[in-house]
Amino acid sequence: MSADLVHGGMYTVMVVQVDDPNDSNFESRLADQVARSPSFFANAPVVIDLKNASGLATADAFQSLKRLFKRQHLIAVGITNANGTQIRAAMNADLAAFPSSSSRRSEPAEPAVAPPSPEPRAPTPAPESQPAPALVALSGGKSKVITQPVRSGTQIYARGTDLVVLASVGAGAEVIADGHVHIYGALRGRAIAGASGDTEARIFTSKLEAELLCVAGQYLVSEAIAPEYRGQAVQIGLTDGVLTISKDR
Amino acid sequence: MGKVVTVTSGKGGVGKTTSSAAISTGLAMRGHKTVVIDFDVGLRNLDLIMGVERRVVFDFINVINGDANLNQALIKDKRVENLYIFPTSQTRDKDALRKEGVERVMDELRDNFDFIVCDSPAGIEHGALTALYHADAAIVVTNPEVSSVRDSDRILGMLSSRSRRAERNEAPVDEFLLLTRYSADRVAKGEMLSIEDVQEILSIPLMGIIPESESVLKASNTGQPVILDKDSIAGRAYDDAVARFLGETREMRFIKAEKKGLFRSLFGKA
Repeated sequence: MSADLVHGGMYTVMVVQVDDPNDSNFESRLADQVARSPSFFANAPVVIDLKNASGLATADAFQSLKRLFKRQHLIAVGITNANGTQIRAAMNADLAAFPSSSSRRSEPAEPAVAPPSPEPRAPTPAPESQPAPALVALSGGKSKVITQPVRSGTQIYARGTDLVVLASVGAGAEVIADGHVHIYGALRGRAIAGASGDTEARIFTSKLEAELLCVAGQYLVSEAIAPEYRGQAVQIGLTDGVLTISKDR
Repeated sequence: MGKVVTVTSGKGGVGKTTSSAAISTGLAMRGHKTVVIDFDVGLRNLDLIMGVERRVVFDFINVINGDANLNQALIKDKRVENLYIFPTSQTRDKDALRKEGVERVMDELRDNFDFIVCDSPAGIEHGALTALYHADAAIVVTNPEVSSVRDSDRILGMLSSRSRRAERNEAPVDEFLLLTRYSADRVAKGEMLSIEDVQEILSIPLMGIIPESESVLKASNTGQPVILDKDSIAGRAYDDAVARFLGETREMRFIKAEKKGLFRSLFGKA
């Protein structure tokens, strides 16, 4: 048998926390979150986090949970933080057991993590009366590297990782990362770092001419950017929760 | 195997049809068998610019629908050997550009011509996307002003994602920038973007700079591609652009602001 038939790969997977699958609100809350960015979620693989789950001890229970996700156009591929009974039941329902989340990358404090939307979120999202199921992007490790200019009207999203652009980002283009955004060229469009709430994320560009800068929900529009930073090589990040531009590296 | 050259811009009124007419004529004058197609279904203009409006019998849509064959629809130019005009329909709309039909016609043209110049409609809708889909090379016509440059940037993005070459993972579409309606005086006054500004934003090879010129309007009104007017600087600039497109190296001309002498400023002749 060929040795390279099987090889490793690292992927970013969303994790959905399921506490009580019989909670009639669960599916509608999930549906709400999916409805906010249907294309982001369309047929995405998800891992079910059973950290606080009760029940779910039979294969049938997992089968019906899989159907619930399927209805929301999500594909359940496995479970995590499960106990022995749950793991056996899940395996009988063709769900793989993922290691427990102790190795998980720094999770944002906010349980509700919105994926990038065309419009930036308000600086502090209004707390919802009922929190949506936690959807946390895991780090896939490898940064996304773009070598061609990002043209107007194009949107690039580095899910769960950093984005490196080795050319310019045109006016009307949008570059988004859950991690840092590096642009080795002019930034004329929009740049969003820490799109899933990572407040440590930064934006770097060799020439700032941005329409909009956003880190973890805090944003600045072009006219709010001080003129002394125009055309300069800068980095943008949160300092004490405030979006700050600085020239020094 | 012929090469499909799509003349596109995103924005309207920048000079796509004028450029399509001039470039196709220039290619034919250099001995390449060339056809120029009007993709602007419903807003037929190319026939006017080429001065063949009174000779249109069948059009692009008739051929797509199989109501006529290519030979019935192609109009042979009377001035330049090797040049054919393929007019479009004025009564139909862009929906008539059915994918398989256009594909079949383009394949047939590729077998019979060296260059197939496609005059794209403005916008990023079906007509423009169809013209762009088949491109082997794209000439992006841009005016030195912010909105035109941004629209060109958008079109370049679509070329790299929506063309047939992109879809089939083939070599990317060759991209060329053609700067039109350029006025050195207005650039000097800061009313227009400079060549450097535009090139920095779009970062694709510059094929030519066509100065703003009255001869262009005169040429369109008389149905003579401006490249045939050897006295016009716009005509000569198009000739340079075609040469560069074919790989020649030529210095950029007509891009310096003219210093008006006392005599000229007194009599106001530009």
